[in-house]
Amino acid sequence: MNILCNGEEREIAPGTSIGVLLKDLGLDPDSVVAECDSRILKREEYDTFVLDEGAALELIRFVGGG
Amino acid sequence: MLSIAGRTFRSRLFTGTGKFSSSQVMKEAIEASGSEMVTVALRRVDLDDPGDDIMRMLDREKYLFLPNTSGARDAAEAIRLARLSRASGGGEWLKLEVTPDPRTLLPDPIETLKATEELVKEGFIVLPYMNADPILALRLQDAGAAAVMPLGAPIGTNQGLLTRSQVEIIISQANVPVVVDAGLGAPSHAALAMEIGADAVLVNTAIAVAGDPVRMAMAFAKAVSAGREAYEAGLGTAGPDAAASSPETGLGFLR
Repeated sequence: MNILCNGEEREIAPGTSIGVLLKDLGLDPDSVVAECDSRILKREEYDTFVLDEGAALELIRFVGGG
Repeated sequence: MLSIAGRTFRSRLFTGTGKFSSSQVMKEAIEASGSEMVTVALRRVDLDDPGDDIMRMLDREKYLFLPNTSGARDAAEAIRLARLSRASGGGEWLKLEVTPDPRTLLPDPIETLKATEELVKEGFIVLPYMNADPILALRLQDAGAAAVMPLGAPIGTNQGLLTRSQVEIIISQANVPVVVDAGLGAPSHAALAMEIGADAVLVNTAIAVAGDPVRMAMAFAKAVSAGREAYEAGLGTAGPDAAASSPETGLGFLR
């Protein structure tokens, strides 16, 4: 099934949680914030929040800025 | 000592972390600046380069992170970024930035005020980036801004303190700290802002794009400290008429 991750289509296995996706992407869960369908998720939810088909996921983090 | 929202700062130079040629140069320049508050931005994770994490480069025991809402074009976008920042572990401090026009990056005063009102209600410590408008500064202060951050010149232009006379009015009226942000392109610009009584300055581009960012960071630190010292010492007044520095008496032997 497909989700929209940071604006791009991405295929994931049904039942994939945010926690699993972050691990697959090589991301430290403590360094990113996830927003799914415009709802900001708490870190505690990452392992239990399962992505639905067509979910719009944004993975955001701090970068250098002024 | 400078105090904002109950937190004290020894250094009156705040620095941005953008535009550096590498994370290592950024880290060294920030260290050299003596800053205790650094700005950061929020962006989508680059999924092709997931290892690039600024939070690992800077010690949060040493620096207070001031996440910005850069990229927001209206209050709603800024509020969304603020909430994401808090959820990312960015804390309550926020440099509120609402810039609808990419050409000038000038801040939208109405959206900035609206966002300040909302974010203060939500418990954020809001430092709004604003045009050097004394009335707006008062309105933002009344809305609960912890400091106001008038621009010296548009972001990244290095043009200096073009807004001097307006910033002087803001300083004379403000009950909250005034941080001159944006456009300061040389240590002399920062020194001038401090001499006229700014509580702090925020510098990014001028340090990041310097030939040697680490030395430029040191130069800004000295200028900020010299400017503040001069302000506290009390500058003499400027005027059109000459006033001799040497005694005007005791010259009878000449003529």
